[in-house]
Parts: sequence; structure tokens; C-alpha cells
Amino acid sequence: MKLLLEKDHVEGIRYYDTYRREGGYRSVEKALKTMSPEAIVEEVKKSGLRGRGGAGFPTGMKWSFIAKPEGVPRHLVCNADESEPGTFKDRYLMEFIPHLLIEGLIVSSFALGSNATYIYIRGEYAWIVDILEQAITEAKNNGWLGKNILGTGFDCEIYVQRGAGAYICGEETALIESLEGKRGNPRIKPPFPAIKGVWDRPTVVNNVETLAAVVPIINMGGEEYAKIGVGKSTGTKLISACGNLNKPGVYEIDMTISVEEFIYSDKYCGGIPNGKKLKACIPGGSSVPILPANLLLKTAKGEQRMMNYESLSDGGFATGSMMGSGGFIVLDEDQCVVRHTLTLARFYRHESCGQCSPCREGTGWMEKILHNIEYGKGKMTDVDLLWDIQRKIEGNTICPLGDAAAWPVAAAIRHFRDEFEWHILNPEESQKRNYGIAHYADERAVAV
Amino acid sequence: MADQQQLFKVTIDNITVEVPPGTTILNAARKIGGDVAPPAMCYYSKLQGSGGKCRTCLVEVSKGSDKDPRPMPKLVASCRTTVMDGMEVKNITSPKVIDARAGVVEFLLINHPLDCPICDQAGECHLQDLSYEHGKAGTRYEFQRRTFHKVDLGDKIQLHMTRCILCYRCVFVADQLTNKREHGILDRGDHAQIATYIEKNLHNEFIGNVIDVCPVGALTDKTFRFKNRVWFTKPVDAHRDCPKCSGEVQLWMRGDEVFRVTARKDEWGEVKDTTSGKPGWICNDCRFDKKHINDWVIEGPSAISRHSVISQGHYVGIEKPKEVLIDVMGGRKPRLFLDIHDVSEVNKPNIELSLIDGPATSDTFNGTKKD
Repeated sequence: MKLLLEKDHVEGIRYYDTYRREGGYRSVEKALKTMSPEAIVEEVKKSGLRGRGGAGFPTGMKWSFIAKPEGVPRHLVCNADESEPGTFKDRYLMEFIPHLLIEGLIVSSFALGSNATYIYIRGEYAWIVDILEQAITEAKNNGWLGKNILGTGFDCEIYVQRGAGAYICGEETALIESLEGKRGNPRIKPPFPAIKGVWDRPTVVNNVETLAAVVPIINMGGEEYAKIGVGKSTGTKLISACGNLNKPGVYEIDMTISVEEFIYSDKYCGGIPNGKKLKACIPGGSSVPILPANLLLKTAKGEQRMMNYESLSDGGFATGSMMGSGGFIVLDEDQCVVRHTLTLARFYRHESCGQCSPCREGTGWMEKILHNIEYGKGKMTDVDLLWDIQRKIEGNTICPLGDAAAWPVAAAIRHFRDEFEWHILNPEESQKRNYGIAHYADERAVAV
Repeated sequence: MADQQQLFKVTIDNITVEVPPGTTILNAARKIGGDVAPPAMCYYSKLQGSGGKCRTCLVEVSKGSDKDPRPMPKLVASCRTTVMDGMEVKNITSPKVIDARAGVVEFLLINHPLDCPICDQAGECHLQDLSYEHGKAGTRYEFQRRTFHKVDLGDKIQLHMTRCILCYRCVFVADQLTNKREHGILDRGDHAQIATYIEKNLHNEFIGNVIDVCPVGALTDKTFRFKNRVWFTKPVDAHRDCPKCSGEVQLWMRGDEVFRVTARKDEWGEVKDTTSGKPGWICNDCRFDKKHINDWVIEGPSAISRHSVISQGHYVGIEKPKEVLIDVMGGRKPRLFLDIHDVSEVNKPNIELSLIDGPATSDTFNGTKKD
């Protein structure tokens, strides 16, 4: 079933006239003219919609936490800082159906009482900024934005703010800092943004896909929406599939299909190129634990693993992973897990904001050890050392970036320890393998 | 009669204390004192928004409150977590906390050399104490450390970025105490550094306070560097009539020489409040320029914790023992056979070490030093 990408094949859907002709902005009419803000929040609660940015927190509940002090403006911020390696679904949504996001933003702004709403977008998505700004202008010219929308007395403006391309700015409090024009460092919680967010005002930060999903929820009703999917994984989910797949791309799934079906079915990813075997998969964006093929297709209980929040997490990290943001990265039998872990460790070291000691120092340390192992200079004790370092980072940092850096390393060692040991025991062999990585210059010894 | 303020009961390491709502776990623990108070490298009570970064003050909340007794799932930064009524906290009684803290110390020492024998902060360095209490004899880190040249931030402050642990305290000082912030954090992650972007000087009447708040030896006082070790000097409370600040300071003296002037510190190493109740930040004039005993009204020796290395040779309230030799010799003073100053080439009483520009060398005593 498709709800968000239902019309993405329609030519010209990016533009207002086509979008409107295809039934766009119905939810705004319905929400603003027939519903109260409280009723919209209630409808979102009924839908069981979970945040699509990665954490999976119930959206309706998040909305209900927002403080409503008298005379203080509130804000809605759309988190379009999609920087997780392997995740590119929001980009697709914004590029091809920008009005869906605008429509969701207007309804959500009305529900939350936000008259000034922001789209904080990743700096590298420069061309999408133009697309969004054009869509906002079209919406405004047709009376969906600005003063007294549809004569209901509700005013709303949407502003697009470009980030400077820092991964940490996808974390909601760092995003808020950056939006305020400061260095994008995460804030220490509490207070949570729902109490003190942008300019110390109550703020809700939601992902692009989450806000777009508000449109079908209002159109079809929360209860109907909740009927799609299974358990607490209601509605549809965008999955950005990449890696060794015949048909990588963005897919909209209802969360009742199995992982096996998603990888091998022609409707979705179409299997692995050249008939190679599946080795492992990172099912929810680079920060979630990697799973070997046997645990990816079956849960620890031997049941078929499904593409939903509960089944992918499987009650714990030892046998499961996470749905995360839906970045589905598949590795075939020829891929080296050590190399992939090094690539991820390098990314997290580079993107650590440097505020808290475990993340600042630990991510760099892990990367250097992984670099040694990958290039045949590792020692047997390095694997245990890596394990210990990730354990001391996890849970001890200001924001989840520390966990995001620790989990891939932990899971790689847990499931592929032998591969790390192979690199250490066969240094010459591991050096011979040509991965195409340019010699990695040590840039840390900075002399200022 | 106004209602009495409701107090929250908090139990930290099995010791219960009552504190007003809004108090952080750290401050509640400080009320108990001793080992129960978690260490804090980045938290500074006089600086708004500080804390939460170094993660040395992590504690385990084993009971959230009387209303919600569930334990907190992760260790929390005690300097930024407020207490709840009935909360139970484990600090030194939690193996998890000790383990995590040891991890933090290990991380901090990756890029902080333990060069205490040559560091000016030795003896009053919080990281030195922390690594003594939680560190290990060896390191597991085998890679190249980041290195930096020393940077002169004006003629009075020197930055040793190599020793910086990025606690952000100096940035908060510049933000909150001075009217123009000229330095901050540059770059991200393990590249991050305190910098003025293009090597500028720090010009502000109160910028000297960055030296006082630095928990390690990253920001040092150029008028004191290498002049003496802090435990050889005697801290004395003094004041002067200063038009810019309260003028309430601590002089670090040796004999009658004033080697260094700092703000007065409390038992947690933070700037003490003045007699008027305001934080006792001091101005650059008091800190750098008033180095003569006649500039000050001496109040008396500062109270120093008996356990501090600074307390060595710093005896307060002890009476000088009666000289018995004179009695034995029938009222005659003992004859001095050798005056050390007559033979020593390096201990000339006419040279005031505190007044010379830069560290003393043999040239200073040979009279060949060129200014």
C-alpha cells in the first residue's frame, strides 16, 4: 500500500496545479475548517504514528507534551537534515512531492499552534531548497500560507533554513542551536524542546516523513491509518535501500512484509546482484547494529523477521537491530565487515561535535584501532580493546551520537569477530586486498 | 507567616540530605561533602550553562523518586540533573559509576599529557587528582597525540592547547563576564580547540579569570609561569580598594614577595563569593599588575584543606616553639658561622623572583640577563 508515494509517478506532481488537481491540500481544508487543534492531535494519537526520524517515539504523544504558556509563541520545526549514511528517503519525498510536506506542515502547525514554522534542511540538499521554496511560494500564492488561511483566522509562515552540513545538526537540540545561529552542539536535556526549544519557546521537532504522514492520517482518519501495518508499527514506512541490491531505491512499505520478501521480491529490491549470497545488513541507517544474514531473516526464536519496529529490534541488541530511519544497507558475501565498520567509525569520529569527552576521544580512538586492523597492523588485544572502548562510550554521552558510534562497532565484533581476527592473523593477506581506499593520511596531528 | 519551603529528601551513597527543589544532584552531594561529592571538570557553579560535558560527574540514580521509584536507565550527569523527592543516588558505591569514570579519565588523558612536573597547574589541577584516584598506571592508547604550539593570548595569558580538555569554562567566562567574546571553540570532535580564530590577543579587563576557571594547565598566567611551585608559596587573603572589582583576592607569597594573585577559591576550587555576596571575579589590574605587598591590605593566611598539597609548609595557628639555645647560652645569640647568601650563586636575596620578567635562569643571577 502506498500513502506517501501514491502519486509520485504523476508527471508534474512537484508543481502546485498538478498536486492540487490530484487531490492535494484536502487535509488542510478538512483540518482547518472542521477540526480543532486538539482533535488533530487526538487523531494523530489514534493513528499510532511513530516518529520516522529514527527513534520511533509516538508522534501524538510528543505533540501532547508541548507546553502552552499564555502569550508565548510555539514553533514547529521540520527536521530535514537527513545525514545518516544509507538514509535518503526524505530527499526523495521533498524532491518529488514537496507539496505533501508543505501540506503536512500546515496541518501540524495548526495542531500545535505554530505561526512560524521552519524547515531545517541539510546544506548539501541545495537544489531541494529551491524546490521547497518554490512550493512554499506556490502554496502562499494560492492562500494556503500567510495570513488568515482559508478565512479561519489561522496565520502560518514556513521558512527554509539551510544547515552547514553537520550530521550532529540532525539531533533535535543541536538542530535548534544551529537554527538559532549558534554552533550546532546538542543541548543537555532537560529541559526538552517541548518546554524550551527555539528561542526558549515550546517547540516540536519532527522528521520530514513524519510530517508528511499527517496528511493521510487526517484524510483517512487516525483509526483507518492504524489498521495499516501491524502491532505498534502502524501506517506505511519509507525505506531507502542501498548496497548490494539489484534495485536499490526508496520504497514505501506497509510494515507487514518480511525482510526476505523486501530483499528478494521483484516488487522491492529484486535480490542481490550476480546471484551472490547475503552476508549482512544494516537495516535502519548506519547507526544501528549490523545483523548477519541468519539473524536478519529469522529472529532468535526462529520466526520470520518482519520489516517493522518490533520484529527488527527482537527484544535486544544481541539478536536484533532497529528500524531506525529506514536506511537499509545490504552487504553481499564479498564485502568486508571490518572495512565497513572502519568507514562508519571514520564518519562518526568526523561528525562528533566534541562537547563530551567519551564521544570526542572515544570515536577517534576506535577509528584508529579499526584502521590498524583493516590495514594489517592490528593486534589480537585490539578487538577486546575496541569492545571496551565502545562500552565506555555507550550511554555516557550528552546525545545519541555516542551510541550511534558505539553500536555498529559492538555489533560488528559480536557477530563478525572471526573476521577481525582474520585481519589480525593474516596481515599480509589483508594488506593485499585492494579496497580502493586511498591511503589514509593521519590528519589528527595538527600543528597550529 | 510565609509557608516554609518544601525540601526534597535525597539519599546519596546511603547518606540522606534535604535540599530545596531545583538543586542538582551534584550540589546536594556537595552539601554532604567528602568523597560523596562527584568530581566535576566542566561544571562551575558561577557560570551559567556550564556542566554536562566532561562526564566525570556521572552517577547512578537507583531510585527516581518516591512517586516514581524506577531507576534511571543510564548514568546521568549529576551537575545537570535535578533531584526529586525520595531520589536515591549511588556515586562511589556504584561499580558502574567507578568504571564509567575510569573510562572518562582514560579518554581525557588521551590528549592531556601528565606533565605535572613542568606544568604550572600542578598542585591545583583537578585532572591530576582525578587521574590519581581513577586512573591506571599505564595507557592503552598507542597512537600519536595531537600537538599544538603554545599560543600567546596577549602579554599576560598563554594557551597550552595540548593540555586543554575542552571543558568550555573559559568560553563561558568570556561570554558571561566580558563584554566582547574573542575566543571560542574551533572545529569539531577531536580536532576541536580553543582558539581566537586568527591568533588575536584577549583584551578585556576581566579576561584573566579564564586562568582561574581552567581546571587543568591549559591557560596560564604569564606573570607567574615557572616562577615557583604553588606548594612552595603561601596563600594569603588580601584586599585593596579597586574601582573595577571587589579587590578581594588571594596572594600567593614567598616571604614578602607576591608571586601570584588569584581570586579566592572555595573548597570545590571555584571562585568564592565576596563579602557583598557576589561572585569574586577579579580584574586584570589586581591579578597582573599589583604584585607588591604594599598594594594590598593583608587579612591573614587562607584556609587550605589539610589534604591539599598546598597545605604542606603552610601552618596556620601553630605557635613558634620557644628558642631554647639562647637560654642555654646564657642569653647569647648563637654565632652564625656561614651565611648561605655569601657562597651561593643562585640564592641572592636582592633578586626578587616575582618581579623579574619571565622565569629565572642562571643568567638572572650572573647579572648577564638582557631585557
